[in-house]
Amino acid sequence: MYMKGIGVFDVMGPIMIGPSSSHTAGAERLGRAARSILGEEFNKVNFYLHGSFAKTYKGHGTDRALVAGILGMETYDERIKYSFDIAKENKIEVNFIEEDLGEVHPNTVKIEFVKDDESKSFIIGSSIGGGSIAVINIDGEDVYFTGEYPTLIIKYKDKKGMISKISLAIALGDINIATLKVDRESKGEMATAVIETDHKVPENIIDEISKIEGVSSVKFIDAI
Amino acid sequence: MYKSALDIIDLTEKYGCRICDVVLMNECKTSEKSKDEVRQRVKDVLNVMRESAKSGLNDSIKSVSGIIGGNAKKVEEYRKKGRTVCGDVVNKAVARALSSSEVNAAMGKIVACPTAGSCGIVPAAIITSGEIINADEELLIDALLTASGIGQIIAKNATLSGAEGGCQAECGSASAMAAAAIVEMFGGTPKMAFNASAIALKNILGLVCDPVAGLVEVPCSKRNAMGVVNAMSSADMALSGVESVIPFDEVVTAMYKVGKMLPSELRETALGGLAATPTAIKISKEIGME
Repeated sequence: MYMKGIGVFDVMGPIMIGPSSSHTAGAERLGRAARSILGEEFNKVNFYLHGSFAKTYKGHGTDRALVAGILGMETYDERIKYSFDIAKENKIEVNFIEEDLGEVHPNTVKIEFVKDDESKSFIIGSSIGGGSIAVINIDGEDVYFTGEYPTLIIKYKDKKGMISKISLAIALGDINIATLKVDRESKGEMATAVIETDHKVPENIIDEISKIEGVSSVKFIDAI
Repeated sequence: MYKSALDIIDLTEKYGCRICDVVLMNECKTSEKSKDEVRQRVKDVLNVMRESAKSGLNDSIKSVSGIIGGNAKKVEEYRKKGRTVCGDVVNKAVARALSSSEVNAAMGKIVACPTAGSCGIVPAAIITSGEIINADEELLIDALLTASGIGQIIAKNATLSGAEGGCQAECGSASAMAAAAIVEMFGGTPKMAFNASAIALKNILGLVCDPVAGLVEVPCSKRNAMGVVNAMSSADMALSGVESVIPFDEVVTAMYKVGKMLPSELRETALGGLAATPTAIKISKEIGME
């Protein structure tokens, strides 16, 4: 729950499948975040559960909620209860492994997608209360965003003027930047910008950003 | 934007309106949505609430773990036999609160209001009180807006989370929200509404969050039943003219401080209180949640 801007539907909501906003609604959103970030081509998913998630996931239905999320269901979808059967029908194998993920929030999960060719990719995310989530790592790289806003993750070579070029491309698309965080491996090496926006970023703007010299990848994740 | 009960009361006096009007005005402004759009969304919320408050009355709902279920139906059948201590209204409200909370524990659809664990209180309160005065849908939507306004103030100045403040922050807040909603529905003034909220929250001050096996089932479900009765009696007191000696804003601050003083064992960790009783430990072992 944020101190600023508590709307009536933050108090009176979400409309959700029970029993717990952090263990079910948040878990479902983490699953959906993984699908949105890692793509929809996978035939096996490994869930590494940490802390309270590891301890109570069966009783809270966290496992069913996570599976519902990777299948793309919303927090209020009454099929969440039957997500295991739906995964099976879609020939998706799911595994739950209890694991210590280190100094992270008690409700944290690492979600690993395995493709047909056995290649793997993962996200780590936490359910931080009231159904809110935070994605904290993608394929080994630390990030932080909540999925409440459309989010751009841009990798580029750390040099002068890069942020101004990127933000100009976003502004020319008539899109407002809500938050911007920049991190780098070290001076002059690869840097990552996580940019939350007020509106969905269209393909042509993502294209424009990709064309900026020094930008190596642009990933867009719509609000979750 | 308002930050306190005092702010809201000032605004209602300035514009000569109710709490729900102030809350709706503010929501339209901050979300850049029209009144109709906001009210439509509240209507969607109301529909989910109506369904969750009803489905446990006729069907015996079992929770996923199997620990709770079927109590809403028991109370409803008992009420229909006509010989109860508290009468029809209170028993209807209790059955409805149990129903939503059983739906929640069974992975059914509910509205977290303010949380999933306390989801039975506001729906049972406004539906049951609304029946007495034949409230139409618009009045029930108003009531939900009033309830949300109270919740907004608690969220801003304290917390709505059991992990942070104990059950007083969840069922206590829900009770306070419901109490004010009932008062406005019955034509009480904003001051009366906040008196009702203050009384309701004071009554549950210090209540710990001690879920058996860490699940939102025991004692949560029956605390929802208690919460709605608390809201209704607080509303009646306020409507009769009874005032809270301690003003609502100060009660909220006290609730937050009490929450901070609670040891972590009594804040949703399932390490203390009822969760640490021999029976609770036995149940945890049986369902593999130890």
